[in-house]
Amino acid sequence: MSELSVRHLLGIKYLNEADIQLIFETADHFKEVINRSIKKVPSLRDITIANVFFENSTRTKLSFELAEKRLSADVINFSAAQSSVKKGETLIDTVNNILSMKVDMVVMRHPNPGAGIFLSKNVKASIVNAGDGAHEHPTQALLDSFSIREKLGDVAGKKVVIVGDILHSRVALSNIFALKLQGATVKVCGPKTLIPKHIESLGVQVETNLRRALNWCDVANMLRIQNERMDLSYFPTTREYTQQFGVNKALLDSLDKEITIMHPGPINRGVEITSDVADSKQSIILNQVENGVAIRMAVIYLLASKIK
Amino acid sequence: MSQKVLLSSKEIHIILHRLACQLLENHLDFKNTVLIGIQPRGIFVAQRLAKILKEEYGVKHIHLGFLDITFYRDDFRRGEKTLEANKTKIDFLIEDKKVVFIDDVLYTGRSIRAALTAIQSFGRPMEIELLTLIDRRFSRHLPIQPNYRGRQVDAINEEKVKVMWEENDGEDVVYLVGR
Repeated sequence: MSELSVRHLLGIKYLNEADIQLIFETADHFKEVINRSIKKVPSLRDITIANVFFENSTRTKLSFELAEKRLSADVINFSAAQSSVKKGETLIDTVNNILSMKVDMVVMRHPNPGAGIFLSKNVKASIVNAGDGAHEHPTQALLDSFSIREKLGDVAGKKVVIVGDILHSRVALSNIFALKLQGATVKVCGPKTLIPKHIESLGVQVETNLRRALNWCDVANMLRIQNERMDLSYFPTTREYTQQFGVNKALLDSLDKEITIMHPGPINRGVEITSDVADSKQSIILNQVENGVAIRMAVIYLLASKIK
Repeated sequence: MSQKVLLSSKEIHIILHRLACQLLENHLDFKNTVLIGIQPRGIFVAQRLAKILKEEYGVKHIHLGFLDITFYRDDFRRGEKTLEANKTKIDFLIEDKKVVFIDDVLYTGRSIRAALTAIQSFGRPMEIELLTLIDRRFSRHLPIQPNYRGRQVDAINEEKVKVMWEENDGEDVVYLVGR
């Protein structure tokens, strides 16, 4: 197995276990590269990549752009806020116009679930999904698993709890797919209003007591409360959410074992986790960010090598 | 498909000792010299030479590193297969050092071209030399020649030179594999 089974990265759902291992092994090499004094390799010097963002993003966009530049690709950036999308242009037209400028790959974030899949069926370019609504965020899940593998040696057999807003979270769904594929056991934990119905059908268990969940797990992935996606009141107040589902140092220290804390960012400090937890030695939040660049280099490199 | 033995285990043994002596002649105590095995197959030659230099010629410290050139190759997207990387391991500075690239077979010279680019990421060496166990004459695509060569062979393009190592493949032998 030396190449990906897919031409696009639309979601973890479309990958197999061998794909994930290949991405990780490739990312190991890129992690070594980005820790050199000269962090750049010339592999993709004849590839042009468009970063098309229809939704706000800081770290994902920066991380993708840095990954592309470290591979020597040419990069163009597009944000919906300053574009003709405002004038009524359709998604296919927008992207086809970009592709007419001889672009080989499109990295897209879009508020609508399935936008990447739709695009992949309608345009000639390799598509990387950088988040489509509440559906998937595959590179985040890959870098999360890669960080677990780095910290604990392996993902298989590990117990991972995903805490918080599961309902609105593309990170949660992609993580569930990725972790299950690699043989981890997954629980989700949060207020019942933020846990989708029938989530057990994905092979995860629901736990509504945070302390029980933390005592069970090896790794806790703390999700952000996505106020911007909340059209209803899912819990009474932020303070009440924090009391029941927020992790603080006292809670962490009172557990039977030392667990690893992750967060995809951006953190609402004092809501999902307190500052002393985010900055503690149990937290691998900044390692996740570093690994994000290596993972994205690996994904782009492997997809680009299939462009003929 | 025919297969002919180019070098036997005994011949490889003699050649490696000769190459070690030639290195020794130019680098003496290896204080300012680093040996870089080119991944994936050059590392076996490099490890053998380092071992001989240490154990039989009493060189105390040898800096031995491995360089992967995958991301620097010029045939990305040109073949059928995705190019798979190997581990780079250079845990010393190469700034102002004498670098010796070590590979098993020198063929088109393109790998060495890539290695010359790759090594720049680690600093500016004082000079770079090339050692190769097998030098396939008349098949170079680039103006690259070895400073130290084990055996020069004339092989046509359809033929393949296969270098096997005891620690990896079960025996020390070099084959010329025909069509």
